[in-house]
Amino acid sequence: MTLHRTINLDLDSPLLRVEALTKLYGARIGCADVSFDLYPGEVLGIVGESGSGKSTLLSCLAGHLACDEGRVLYRNRDVVTLSEPERRLLSRTEWAFVHQNPRDGLRMGVSAGGNVGERLMAVGARNYAAIRASATDWLGRVEIAAERIDDRPRQFSGGMQQRLQIARNLVTSPRLVFMDEPTGGLDVSVQARLLDLLRSLVRDMGLSVIIVTHDLAVARLLADRLMVMKDGRVIEQGLTDQVLDDPQHAYTQLLVSSVLQV
Amino acid sequence: MSEAAYNFAYLDEATKRMIRRALLKGLAIPGYQVPFASREMPMPYGWGTGGVQVTAACLTPEDCLKVIDQGADDTTNAVSIRKFFERTAGVATSEHTAAASVIQTRHRIPEQALTERQILVYQVPIPEPLRFLEPRESETRKMHALEEYGLMHVKLYEDIARHGAIATSYAYPVRVEGRYVMDPSPIPKFDNPKLGGMAAIQLFGAGREQRIYAVPPYTRVVSLDFEDHPFEASKAAHDCDLCGAAHSYLDEVITDDKGGRMFVCSDTDFCAMRRAEGHVGRLSPKGAAA
Ligand SMILES: Nc1ncnc2c1ncn2[C@@H]1O[C@H](COP(=O)(O)OP(=O)(O)O)[C@@H](O)[C@H]1O
Ligand SMILES: [Mg+2]
Repeated sequence: MTLHRTINLDLDSPLLRVEALTKLYGARIGCADVSFDLYPGEVLGIVGESGSGKSTLLSCLAGHLACDEGRVLYRNRDVVTLSEPERRLLSRTEWAFVHQNPRDGLRMGVSAGGNVGERLMAVGARNYAAIRASATDWLGRVEIAAERIDDRPRQFSGGMQQRLQIARNLVTSPRLVFMDEPTGGLDVSVQARLLDLLRSLVRDMGLSVIIVTHDLAVARLLADRLMVMKDGRVIEQGLTDQVLDDPQHAYTQLLVSSVLQV
Repeated sequence: MSEAAYNFAYLDEATKRMIRRALLKGLAIPGYQVPFASREMPMPYGWGTGGVQVTAACLTPEDCLKVIDQGADDTTNAVSIRKFFERTAGVATSEHTAAASVIQTRHRIPEQALTERQILVYQVPIPEPLRFLEPRESETRKMHALEEYGLMHVKLYEDIARHGAIATSYAYPVRVEGRYVMDPSPIPKFDNPKLGGMAAIQLFGAGREQRIYAVPPYTRVVSLDFEDHPFEASKAAHDCDLCGAAHSYLDEVITDDKGGRMFVCSDTDFCAMRRAEGHVGRLSPKGAAA
Protein backbone atom coordinates (compact mmCIF):
# COMPACT_ATOMS: atom_id res chain seq x y z
CA MET A 1 0.00 0.00 0.00
CA THR A 2 1.52 3.28 -1.06
CA LEU A 3 -0.82 6.11 -0.24
CA HIS A 4 1.00 9.23 0.80
CA ARG A 5 -0.78 11.80 2.89
CA THR A 6 1.52 14.72 2.29
CA ILE A 7 1.23 15.58 -1.36
CA ASN A 8 0.97 19.29 -2.07
CA LEU A 9 -2.51 20.38 -2.88
CA ASP A 10 -2.77 21.44 -6.46
CA LEU A 11 -5.61 23.93 -6.38
CA ASP A 12 -6.00 23.90 -10.14
CA SER A 13 -6.77 20.23 -10.55
CA PRO A 14 -9.89 18.62 -9.10
CA LEU A 15 -9.69 16.63 -5.91
CA LEU A 16 -12.50 14.44 -7.15
CA ARG A 17 -13.59 13.96 -10.75
CA VAL A 18 -16.77 11.99 -11.42
CA GLU A 19 -17.47 10.81 -14.95
CA ALA A 20 -20.80 9.38 -16.11
CA LEU A 21 -21.47 7.51 -12.89
CA THR A 22 -24.41 5.11 -12.99
CA LYS A 23 -25.81 2.79 -10.36
CA LEU A 24 -28.82 0.58 -11.01
CA TYR A 25 -30.86 -1.46 -8.56
CA GLY A 26 -31.97 -4.16 -10.94
CA ALA A 27 -34.06 -2.30 -13.50
CA ARG A 28 -34.56 0.72 -11.23
CA ILE A 29 -32.23 3.69 -11.53
CA GLY A 30 -30.32 4.59 -8.36
CA CYS A 31 -28.41 7.38 -10.07
CA ALA A 32 -27.54 7.80 -13.75
CA ASP A 33 -24.89 9.54 -15.82
CA VAL A 34 -23.64 11.83 -13.05
CA SER A 35 -20.55 13.91 -13.83
CA PHE A 36 -18.89 16.71 -11.86
CA ASP A 37 -15.58 17.99 -10.52
CA LEU A 38 -14.89 18.92 -6.92
CA TYR A 39 -11.99 21.27 -6.28
CA PRO A 40 -9.96 21.42 -3.05
CA GLY A 41 -11.71 23.47 -0.37
CA GLU A 42 -15.04 23.36 -2.15
CA VAL A 43 -18.37 22.44 -0.57
CA LEU A 44 -20.74 20.77 -2.98
CA GLY A 45 -24.38 20.37 -2.00
CA ILE A 46 -26.52 17.64 -3.53
CA VAL A 47 -30.21 18.47 -3.24
CA GLY A 48 -33.41 16.87 -4.46
CA GLU A 49 -36.51 15.27 -3.07
CA SER A 50 -36.58 11.94 -1.32
CA GLY A 51 -35.76 9.05 -3.67
CA SER A 52 -33.92 11.23 -6.20
CA GLY A 53 -30.68 9.27 -5.80
CA LYS A 54 -28.64 11.48 -3.48
CA SER A 55 -27.65 8.77 -1.00
CA THR A 56 -26.97 6.28 -3.77
CA LEU A 57 -24.60 8.72 -5.43
CA LEU A 58 -22.82 9.51 -2.16
CA SER A 59 -22.41 5.81 -1.33
CA CYS A 60 -20.89 5.16 -4.76
CA LEU A 61 -18.48 8.05 -4.36
CA ALA A 62 -17.35 6.88 -0.93
CA GLY A 63 -16.94 3.32 -2.18
CA HIS A 64 -19.67 1.88 0.04
CA LEU A 65 -21.56 0.82 -3.08
CA ALA A 66 -20.08 -0.50 -6.32
CA CYS A 67 -21.27 1.53 -9.30
CA ASP A 68 -22.26 -0.09 -12.61
CA GLU A 69 -20.70 2.42 -14.97
CA GLY A 70 -18.46 5.45 -14.90
CA ARG A 71 -15.31 6.55 -13.16
CA VAL A 72 -14.53 8.27 -9.87
CA LEU A 73 -11.07 9.78 -9.82
CA TYR A 74 -9.72 10.87 -6.46
CA ARG A 75 -6.54 12.85 -7.05
CA ASN A 76 -6.25 11.18 -10.42
CA ARG A 77 -6.63 7.64 -9.06
CA ASP A 78 -9.65 5.59 -10.03
CA VAL A 79 -11.46 4.80 -6.78
CA VAL A 80 -13.71 2.28 -8.51
CA THR A 81 -10.79 -0.02 -9.30
CA LEU A 82 -8.92 0.61 -6.06
CA SER A 83 -8.20 -2.57 -4.09
CA GLU A 84 -10.21 -3.00 -0.93
CA PRO A 85 -7.21 -2.48 1.42
CA GLU A 86 -6.36 0.77 -0.35
CA ARG A 87 -9.94 1.94 -0.23
CA ARG A 88 -10.29 1.14 3.47
CA LEU A 89 -7.04 2.97 4.16
CA LEU A 90 -8.34 6.03 2.30
CA SER A 91 -11.58 5.83 4.29
CA ARG A 92 -9.78 6.15 7.58
CA THR A 93 -7.15 8.68 6.55
CA GLU A 94 -7.99 11.13 3.77
CA TRP A 95 -11.74 10.59 3.72
CA ALA A 96 -14.48 10.84 6.29
CA PHE A 97 -18.16 9.95 6.22
CA VAL A 98 -20.78 11.55 8.45
CA HIS A 99 -23.97 9.50 8.58
CA GLN A 100 -27.44 10.93 9.10
CA ASN A 101 -28.00 8.64 12.05
CA PRO A 102 -25.10 9.01 14.53
CA ARG A 103 -25.62 5.38 15.56
CA ASP A 104 -24.35 4.34 12.14
CA GLY A 105 -21.18 6.38 12.57
CA LEU A 106 -20.36 5.92 16.26
CA ARG A 107 -19.41 3.00 18.43
CA MET A 108 -22.18 3.19 20.99
CA GLY A 109 -20.38 0.92 23.48
CA VAL A 110 -17.19 2.98 23.49
CA SER A 111 -16.59 6.24 25.41
CA ALA A 112 -16.60 9.61 23.64
CA GLY A 113 -12.80 9.75 23.96
CA GLY A 114 -12.43 6.25 22.51
CA ASN A 115 -14.71 7.16 19.62
CA VAL A 116 -12.61 10.19 18.75
CA GLY A 117 -9.33 8.36 19.34
CA GLU A 118 -10.17 5.36 17.16
CA ARG A 119 -9.01 6.88 13.88
CA LEU A 120 -5.77 8.01 15.54
CA MET A 121 -5.11 4.51 16.82
CA ALA A 122 -6.07 3.08 13.44
CA VAL A 123 -3.21 5.00 11.86
CA GLY A 124 -0.73 3.97 14.53
CA ALA A 125 -1.03 6.38 17.49
CA ARG A 126 0.31 4.49 20.51
CA ASN A 127 0.68 7.18 23.15
CA TYR A 128 -2.30 7.21 25.50
CA ALA A 129 -1.73 10.74 26.83
CA ALA A 130 -1.39 12.17 23.32
CA ILE A 131 -4.53 10.38 22.08
CA ARG A 132 -6.45 11.65 25.08
CA ALA A 133 -5.19 15.19 24.57
CA SER A 134 -6.33 15.09 20.93
CA ALA A 135 -9.72 13.72 21.95
CA THR A 136 -10.13 16.42 24.60
CA ASP A 137 -9.18 19.10 22.09
CA TRP A 138 -11.66 17.78 19.54
CA LEU A 139 -14.50 17.49 22.03
CA GLY A 140 -13.89 21.15 22.78
CA ARG A 141 -13.97 22.04 19.11
CA VAL A 142 -17.40 20.44 18.73
CA GLU A 143 -18.61 22.06 21.97
CA ILE A 144 -18.76 18.96 24.13
CA ALA A 145 -17.52 19.54 27.69
CA ALA A 146 -14.19 17.85 28.43
CA GLU A 147 -15.62 16.12 31.49
CA ARG A 148 -17.90 14.07 29.21
CA ILE A 149 -14.87 12.37 27.64
CA ASP A 150 -15.44 9.06 29.42
CA ASP A 151 -19.21 8.95 28.90
CA ARG A 152 -20.76 6.71 26.29
CA PRO A 153 -22.64 8.27 23.35
CA ARG A 154 -25.83 6.69 24.69
CA GLN A 155 -25.80 9.28 27.46
CA PHE A 156 -25.65 12.12 24.90
CA SER A 157 -28.49 14.02 23.24
CA GLY A 158 -29.03 13.61 19.47
CA GLY A 159 -27.23 16.87 18.73
CA MET A 160 -24.26 15.92 20.90
CA GLN A 161 -24.05 12.50 19.26
CA GLN A 162 -23.92 14.14 15.86
CA ARG A 163 -21.20 16.55 17.01
CA LEU A 164 -19.27 13.60 18.44
CA GLN A 165 -19.56 11.81 15.12
CA ILE A 166 -18.13 14.88 13.41
CA ALA A 167 -15.21 15.08 15.86
CA ARG A 168 -14.49 11.38 15.36
CA ASN A 169 -14.33 11.94 11.62
CA LEU A 170 -12.27 15.11 11.57
CA VAL A 171 -9.63 14.18 14.16
CA THR A 172 -7.21 12.91 11.51
CA SER A 173 -7.72 16.00 9.31
CA PRO A 174 -9.26 14.32 6.29
CA ARG A 175 -9.28 16.11 2.93
CA LEU A 176 -12.65 14.99 1.70
CA VAL A 177 -15.73 14.67 3.88
CA PHE A 178 -18.95 12.99 2.75
CA MET A 179 -22.07 13.95 4.69
CA ASP A 180 -25.52 12.42 4.25
CA GLU A 181 -28.22 14.63 5.77
CA PRO A 182 -26.05 15.46 8.82
CA THR A 183 -28.76 17.62 10.39
CA GLY A 184 -31.57 15.31 9.36
CA GLY A 185 -32.98 13.88 12.54
CA LEU A 186 -32.50 16.96 14.73
CA ASP A 187 -34.77 19.67 16.17
CA VAL A 188 -34.68 22.98 14.35
CA SER A 189 -32.80 24.85 17.09
CA VAL A 190 -30.27 22.03 17.41
CA GLN A 191 -29.88 21.99 13.63
CA ALA A 192 -28.99 25.69 13.58
CA ARG A 193 -26.22 25.23 16.11
CA LEU A 194 -24.82 22.23 14.27
CA LEU A 195 -24.87 24.14 10.98
CA ASP A 196 -22.92 27.03 12.50
CA LEU A 197 -20.40 24.57 13.88
CA LEU A 198 -20.06 22.73 10.57
CA ARG A 199 -19.62 25.99 8.72
CA SER A 200 -16.77 27.19 10.90
CA LEU A 201 -15.03 23.79 10.89
CA VAL A 202 -15.21 23.60 7.12
CA ARG A 203 -13.82 27.11 6.82
CA ASP A 204 -11.08 26.71 9.45
CA MET A 205 -9.88 23.36 8.16
CA GLY A 206 -10.30 24.15 4.48
CA LEU A 207 -12.24 20.91 4.05
CA SER A 208 -13.61 19.68 0.76
CA VAL A 209 -17.14 18.47 1.39
CA ILE A 210 -19.91 16.71 -0.48
CA ILE A 211 -23.08 17.16 1.51
CA VAL A 212 -26.40 15.55 0.71
CA THR A 213 -29.49 17.31 1.95
CA HIS A 214 -33.13 17.73 1.04
CA ASP A 215 -33.13 20.97 3.06
CA LEU A 216 -32.41 23.98 0.85
CA ALA A 217 -31.69 26.17 3.89
CA VAL A 218 -28.86 23.81 4.84
CA ALA A 219 -27.60 23.89 1.28
CA ARG A 220 -27.73 27.69 1.18
CA LEU A 221 -25.74 27.99 4.40
CA LEU A 222 -23.00 25.46 3.67
CA ALA A 223 -22.59 24.83 -0.03
CA ASP A 224 -20.54 26.83 -2.54
CA ARG A 225 -22.09 24.90 -5.38
CA LEU A 226 -25.27 22.88 -5.82
CA MET A 227 -26.29 19.89 -7.85
CA VAL A 228 -30.03 19.28 -8.18
CA MET A 229 -31.10 15.67 -8.69
CA LYS A 230 -34.37 14.22 -9.93
CA ASP A 231 -35.09 10.57 -10.69
CA GLY A 232 -31.40 9.71 -10.33
CA ARG A 233 -30.15 12.36 -12.76
CA VAL A 234 -28.53 15.75 -12.28
CA ILE A 235 -30.90 18.26 -13.84
CA GLU A 236 -29.17 21.46 -12.86
CA GLN A 237 -25.92 22.56 -11.27
CA GLY A 238 -24.17 25.82 -10.51
CA LEU A 239 -23.19 28.27 -7.79
CA THR A 240 -25.52 27.98 -4.82
CA ASP A 241 -26.91 31.51 -5.02
CA GLN A 242 -27.43 31.19 -8.75
CA VAL A 243 -29.33 27.93 -8.49
CA LEU A 244 -31.48 29.05 -5.57
CA ASP A 245 -32.15 32.62 -6.68
CA ASP A 246 -32.44 32.08 -10.41
CA PRO A 247 -33.31 28.44 -11.04
CA GLN A 248 -33.37 27.47 -14.71
CA HIS A 249 -35.01 24.07 -14.68
CA ALA A 250 -38.76 23.92 -14.05
CA TYR A 251 -38.29 21.27 -11.36
CA THR A 252 -35.73 23.39 -9.53
CA GLN A 253 -38.14 26.31 -9.69
CA LEU A 254 -40.77 24.15 -8.01
CA LEU A 255 -38.26 22.95 -5.45
CA VAL A 256 -37.15 26.49 -4.61
CA SER A 257 -40.69 27.82 -4.45
CA SER A 258 -40.95 25.25 -1.67
CA VAL A 259 -43.90 23.51 -3.31
CA LEU A 260 -41.96 20.26 -3.08
CA GLN A 261 -40.32 20.89 0.27
CA VAL A 262 -41.32 18.67 3.12
CA MET B 1 -21.07 -49.09 23.79
CA SER B 2 -18.00 -50.90 25.10
CA GLU B 3 -14.81 -48.91 25.45
CA ALA B 4 -13.09 -51.23 23.02
CA ALA B 5 -15.36 -49.83 20.31
CA TYR B 6 -13.69 -46.43 20.43
CA ASN B 7 -10.98 -45.56 17.95
CA PHE B 8 -7.65 -44.58 19.56
CA ALA B 9 -8.22 -41.26 21.38
CA TYR B 10 -11.96 -41.41 20.64
CA LEU B 11 -12.01 -39.51 17.31
CA ASP B 12 -12.06 -41.47 14.05
CA GLU B 13 -9.00 -41.25 11.82
CA ALA B 14 -10.67 -39.04 9.19
CA THR B 15 -11.59 -36.47 11.81
CA LYS B 16 -8.08 -36.52 13.26
CA ARG B 17 -6.63 -36.02 9.80
CA MET B 18 -8.93 -33.04 9.27
CA ILE B 19 -7.85 -31.54 12.60
CA ARG B 20 -4.16 -32.19 11.86
CA ARG B 21 -4.51 -30.35 8.56
CA ALA B 22 -5.96 -27.39 10.45
CA LEU B 23 -3.11 -27.61 12.98
CA LEU B 24 -0.46 -27.64 10.25
CA LYS B 25 -2.07 -24.66 8.59
CA GLY B 26 -2.17 -22.90 11.95
CA LEU B 27 1.52 -23.57 12.50
CA ALA B 28 2.33 -22.31 9.02
CA ILE B 29 0.47 -19.03 9.69
CA PRO B 30 1.19 -18.27 13.35
CA GLY B 31 -1.76 -16.68 15.16
CA TYR B 32 -4.21 -17.12 12.26
CA GLN B 33 -7.56 -18.65 13.20
CA VAL B 34 -8.20 -21.73 11.08
CA PRO B 35 -11.83 -22.88 10.84
CA PHE B 36 -12.37 -26.58 11.49
CA ALA B 37 -15.38 -28.86 11.67
CA SER B 38 -15.62 -29.32 15.43
CA ARG B 39 -17.12 -32.68 16.46
CA GLU B 40 -19.59 -33.42 19.21
CA MET B 41 -17.60 -34.65 22.17
CA PRO B 42 -18.98 -36.60 25.13
CA MET B 43 -18.67 -33.52 27.36
CA PRO B 44 -20.36 -30.13 27.33
CA TYR B 45 -18.92 -27.05 25.61
CA GLY B 46 -17.02 -24.99 28.15
CA TRP B 47 -15.31 -28.18 29.27
CA GLY B 48 -12.56 -27.87 26.75
CA THR B 49 -14.00 -29.72 23.77
CA GLY B 50 -11.73 -27.75 21.42
CA GLY B 51 -8.64 -28.59 23.42
CA VAL B 52 -9.73 -32.23 23.73
CA GLN B 53 -10.06 -32.57 19.95
CA VAL B 54 -6.64 -31.02 19.38
CA THR B 55 -5.12 -33.31 22.01
CA ALA B 56 -6.83 -36.33 20.45
CA ALA B 57 -5.36 -35.44 17.06
CA CYS B 58 -1.84 -35.09 18.54
CA LEU B 59 -1.63 -38.11 20.83
CA THR B 60 0.37 -41.21 19.96
CA PRO B 61 0.38 -44.38 22.11
CA GLU B 62 3.86 -43.44 23.43
CA ASP B 63 2.76 -40.05 24.74
CA CYS B 64 2.46 -39.04 28.36
CA LEU B 65 -0.41 -36.64 29.02
CA LYS B 66 -0.78 -33.99 31.70
CA VAL B 67 -4.00 -31.99 32.11
CA ILE B 68 -4.14 -28.76 34.07
CA ASP B 69 -7.04 -26.56 35.00
CA GLN B 70 -6.12 -23.18 36.51
CA GLY B 71 -2.72 -24.65 37.36
CA ALA B 72 -4.05 -27.71 39.20
CA ASP B 73 -4.18 -31.34 38.08
CA ASP B 74 -6.91 -32.38 40.47
CA THR B 75 -9.95 -30.26 39.57
CA THR B 76 -13.04 -32.02 38.22
CA ASN B 77 -12.39 -30.72 34.74
CA ALA B 78 -8.74 -31.79 34.65
CA VAL B 79 -9.48 -35.20 36.18
CA SER B 80 -12.31 -35.96 33.75
CA ILE B 81 -10.25 -35.05 30.67
CA ARG B 82 -7.30 -37.11 31.94
CA LYS B 83 -9.60 -40.09 32.62
CA PHE B 84 -11.16 -39.66 29.19
CA PHE B 85 -7.79 -40.14 27.47
CA GLU B 86 -6.68 -42.90 29.84
CA ARG B 87 -9.81 -44.80 28.76
CA THR B 88 -9.96 -43.94 25.08
CA ALA B 89 -6.22 -43.81 24.25
CA GLY B 90 -4.67 -45.80 27.07
CA VAL B 91 -1.81 -43.31 27.22
CA ALA B 92 0.32 -42.75 30.28
CA THR B 93 -0.57 -39.68 32.35
CA SER B 94 1.41 -37.63 34.79
CA GLU B 95 1.05 -34.60 36.98
CA HIS B 96 4.69 -33.65 36.43
CA THR B 97 5.29 -30.99 33.83
CA ALA B 98 8.69 -32.36 32.86
CA ALA B 99 7.38 -35.91 32.43
CA ALA B 100 4.59 -35.01 30.01
CA SER B 101 4.94 -34.89 26.24
CA VAL B 102 1.47 -33.38 25.69
CA ILE B 103 -0.02 -30.91 28.19
CA GLN B 104 -3.62 -29.77 27.84
CA THR B 105 -4.30 -26.62 29.81
CA ARG B 106 -7.05 -24.27 30.82
CA HIS B 107 -6.07 -20.81 32.14
CA ARG B 108 -2.35 -21.34 32.82
CA ILE B 109 1.08 -21.95 31.31
CA PRO B 110 3.25 -24.14 33.57
CA GLU B 111 5.94 -22.28 35.54
CA GLN B 112 8.61 -24.77 34.54
CA ALA B 113 10.04 -23.94 31.12
CA LEU B 114 8.80 -26.33 28.45
CA THR B 115 11.07 -28.08 25.96
CA GLU B 116 11.16 -28.89 22.26
CA ARG B 117 9.76 -32.37 22.93
CA GLN B 118 6.54 -30.97 24.37
CA ILE B 119 3.21 -29.76 23.00
CA LEU B 120 1.03 -27.36 24.99
CA VAL B 121 -2.67 -27.48 24.07
CA TYR B 122 -4.89 -24.60 25.23
CA GLN B 123 -8.65 -24.73 25.73
CA VAL B 124 -10.13 -21.60 24.19
CA PRO B 125 -13.63 -20.24 24.87
CA ILE B 126 -13.59 -17.17 22.55
CA PRO B 127 -10.86 -17.14 19.90
CA GLU B 128 -11.65 -13.73 18.36
CA PRO B 129 -9.82 -10.91 20.18
CA LEU B 130 -11.69 -8.23 18.19
CA ARG B 131 -15.13 -9.58 19.12
CA PHE B 132 -15.40 -7.27 22.14
CA LEU B 133 -15.81 -4.19 19.94
CA GLU B 134 -16.80 -5.63 16.58
CA PRO B 135 -19.40 -8.37 16.75
CA ARG B 136 -19.64 -8.87 12.96
CA GLU B 137 -17.56 -11.90 11.97
CA SER B 138 -17.36 -10.73 8.33
CA GLU B 139 -15.79 -7.50 9.54
CA THR B 140 -13.32 -9.02 12.03
CA ARG B 141 -12.10 -11.42 9.35
CA LYS B 142 -11.43 -8.45 7.07
CA MET B 143 -9.64 -6.60 9.88
CA HIS B 144 -7.28 -9.56 10.37
CA ALA B 145 -6.70 -9.91 6.64
CA LEU B 146 -5.85 -6.21 6.28
CA GLU B 147 -4.01 -5.92 9.62
CA GLU B 148 -6.46 -3.26 10.78
CA TYR B 149 -5.83 -3.61 14.48
CA GLY B 150 -6.51 -0.08 15.72
CA LEU B 151 -9.63 -1.37 17.45
CA MET B 152 -7.56 -3.54 19.78
CA HIS B 153 -5.98 -0.38 21.12
CA VAL B 154 -9.41 1.22 21.50
CA LYS B 155 -10.17 -1.60 23.93
CA LEU B 156 -6.99 -0.90 25.89
CA TYR B 157 -7.72 2.85 25.74
CA GLU B 158 -11.15 2.21 27.27
CA ASP B 159 -9.49 0.18 30.01
CA ILE B 160 -7.13 2.99 30.97
CA ALA B 161 -9.86 5.65 30.69
CA ARG B 162 -12.07 3.69 33.06
CA HIS B 163 -9.57 2.19 35.48
CA GLY B 164 -6.49 4.37 35.23
CA ALA B 165 -4.45 1.43 33.99
CA ILE B 166 -4.86 -1.45 31.58
CA ALA B 167 -7.16 -3.56 33.73
CA THR B 168 -7.33 -6.51 31.34
CA SER B 169 -5.68 -9.22 33.39
CA TYR B 170 -6.76 -12.37 31.53
CA ALA B 171 -6.88 -13.13 27.81
CA TYR B 172 -4.57 -10.19 27.23
CA PRO B 173 -4.19 -9.68 23.45
CA VAL B 174 -0.87 -10.34 21.73
CA ARG B 175 0.64 -9.78 18.29
CA VAL B 176 2.20 -12.93 16.88
CA GLU B 177 5.38 -12.66 14.80
CA GLY B 178 4.50 -9.06 13.91
CA ARG B 179 1.36 -10.15 12.06
CA TYR B 180 -1.81 -11.59 13.58
CA VAL B 181 -3.37 -10.31 16.78
CA MET B 182 -4.34 -13.31 18.91
CA ASP B 183 -6.30 -14.08 22.04
CA PRO B 184 -4.00 -16.26 24.15
CA SER B 185 -7.06 -17.84 25.89
CA PRO B 186 -7.90 -16.75 29.44
CA ILE B 187 -4.41 -17.21 30.88
CA PRO B 188 -3.39 -14.49 33.36
CA LYS B 189 -1.33 -11.79 31.68
CA PHE B 190 1.46 -12.89 34.04
CA ASP B 191 1.88 -15.84 31.66
CA ASN B 192 2.04 -13.74 28.49
CA PRO B 193 5.84 -13.39 28.39
CA LYS B 194 6.11 -17.21 28.31
CA LEU B 195 4.16 -17.32 25.03
CA GLY B 196 7.04 -15.77 23.10
CA GLY B 197 10.19 -17.70 22.29
CA MET B 198 8.76 -20.89 23.82
CA ALA B 199 10.55 -24.11 22.83
CA ALA B 200 7.35 -26.16 22.84
CA ILE B 201 4.64 -26.13 20.18
CA GLN B 202 1.55 -24.20 21.33
CA LEU B 203 -1.83 -25.22 19.92
CA PHE B 204 -5.16 -23.54 20.63
CA GLY B 205 -8.56 -25.21 20.20
CA ALA B 206 -11.99 -23.53 20.40
CA GLY B 207 -14.71 -26.20 20.17
CA ARG B 208 -17.92 -24.23 20.13
CA GLU B 209 -16.44 -21.55 17.87
CA GLN B 210 -14.77 -24.15 15.61
CA ARG B 211 -11.38 -22.47 15.41
CA ILE B 212 -7.82 -23.73 15.75
CA TYR B 213 -4.71 -21.58 15.91
CA ALA B 214 -1.08 -22.13 16.78
CA VAL B 215 2.23 -20.63 17.79
CA PRO B 216 5.26 -22.57 16.52
CA PRO B 217 8.40 -22.90 18.68
CA TYR B 218 10.55 -19.80 19.18
CA THR B 219 7.97 -17.37 17.80
CA ARG B 220 7.92 -13.66 18.63
CA VAL B 221 4.81 -12.87 20.70
CA VAL B 222 4.31 -9.31 21.92
CA SER B 223 1.62 -8.09 24.33
CA LEU B 224 -0.15 -4.97 23.03
CA ASP B 225 0.25 -1.75 25.00
CA PHE B 226 0.78 2.01 24.85
CA GLU B 227 4.17 3.75 25.03
CA ASP B 228 3.11 5.50 28.22
CA HIS B 229 1.24 2.47 29.64
CA PRO B 230 3.60 -0.40 28.92
CA PHE B 231 2.51 -4.01 29.37
CA GLU B 232 3.23 -5.43 32.83
CA ALA B 233 3.14 -9.12 33.71
CA SER B 234 1.66 -8.55 37.13
CA LYS B 235 0.99 -10.95 39.99
CA ALA B 236 0.11 -10.67 43.67
CA ALA B 237 2.96 -8.94 45.54
CA HIS B 238 3.73 -11.93 47.75
CA ASP B 239 5.87 -15.03 47.89
CA CYS B 240 4.24 -18.45 47.93
CA ASP B 241 3.36 -19.28 51.55
CA LEU B 242 4.18 -22.95 51.00
CA CYS B 243 7.35 -22.97 48.88
CA GLY B 244 8.56 -19.36 49.10
CA ALA B 245 8.64 -18.91 45.32
CA ALA B 246 8.89 -15.18 44.50
CA HIS B 247 8.24 -15.37 40.78
CA SER B 248 5.36 -17.79 40.32
CA TYR B 249 1.70 -16.94 39.78
CA LEU B 250 -0.23 -17.11 43.05
CA ASP B 251 -3.77 -18.01 44.06
CA GLU B 252 -5.25 -16.37 47.12
CA VAL B 253 -6.79 -18.97 49.42
CA ILE B 254 -9.16 -18.19 52.30
CA THR B 255 -8.05 -20.34 55.21
CA ASP B 256 -10.72 -19.68 57.84
CA ASP B 257 -13.84 -17.60 58.41
CA LYS B 258 -11.91 -14.95 60.40
CA GLY B 259 -10.31 -13.39 57.35
CA GLY B 260 -7.26 -15.63 57.36
CA ARG B 261 -5.74 -16.11 53.92
CA MET B 262 -2.66 -17.38 52.24
CA PHE B 263 -0.99 -17.13 48.84
CA VAL B 264 0.06 -20.32 47.14
CA CYS B 265 1.46 -21.20 43.73
CA SER B 266 -1.35 -21.72 41.26
CA ASP B 267 0.86 -24.32 39.53
CA THR B 268 0.52 -27.14 42.08
CA ASP B 269 3.13 -29.36 40.44
CA PHE B 270 5.69 -26.55 40.48
CA CYS B 271 4.97 -25.87 44.16
CA ALA B 272 5.23 -29.54 45.12
CA MET B 273 8.50 -29.86 43.23
CA ARG B 274 9.98 -26.89 45.05
CA ARG B 275 8.87 -28.20 48.43
CA ALA B 276 10.42 -31.57 47.61
CA GLU B 277 13.64 -29.70 46.90
CA GLY B 278 13.47 -28.23 50.41
CA HIS B 279 12.12 -24.75 49.72
CA VAL B 280 9.84 -23.37 52.42
CA GLY B 281 7.37 -20.53 52.74
CA ARG B 282 5.84 -18.40 55.49
CA LEU B 283 3.29 -21.04 56.48
CA SER B 284 5.35 -24.19 55.96
CA PRO B 285 5.13 -26.65 58.86
CA LYS B 286 7.95 -26.10 61.39
CA GLY B 287 10.93 -28.32 60.73
CA ALA B 288 10.10 -28.62 57.06
CA ALA B 289 13.18 -26.65 56.12
CA ALA B 290 15.98 -28.70 54.73
N1 LIG C 1 -30.93 -0.88 -1.67
C1 LIG C 1 -31.81 -0.50 -2.63
N2 LIG C 1 -32.42 -1.42 -3.39
C2 LIG C 1 -33.28 -1.06 -4.36
N3 LIG C 1 -33.57 0.20 -4.65
C3 LIG C 1 -33.01 1.18 -3.92
C4 LIG C 1 -32.09 0.88 -2.87
N4 LIG C 1 -31.66 2.03 -2.30
C5 LIG C 1 -32.30 3.02 -2.98
N5 LIG C 1 -33.10 2.50 -3.95
C6 LIG C 1 -33.89 3.27 -4.91
O1 LIG C 1 -33.03 4.13 -5.63
C7 LIG C 1 -33.60 5.41 -5.76
C8 LIG C 1 -32.71 6.46 -5.11
O2 LIG C 1 -32.71 6.28 -3.70
P1 LIG C 1 -31.79 7.09 -2.70
O3 LIG C 1 -30.43 7.15 -3.26
O4 LIG C 1 -31.94 6.52 -1.34
O5 LIG C 1 -32.46 8.54 -2.76
P2 LIG C 1 -32.35 9.78 -1.76
O6 LIG C 1 -31.16 9.62 -0.91
O7 LIG C 1 -32.27 10.95 -2.68
O8 LIG C 1 -33.62 9.79 -0.97
C9 LIG C 1 -35.00 5.31 -5.17
O9 LIG C 1 -35.89 4.99 -6.20
C10 LIG C 1 -34.89 4.18 -4.20
O10 LIG C 1 -36.14 3.57 -4.03
MG1 LIG D 1 -31.05 9.61 1.30
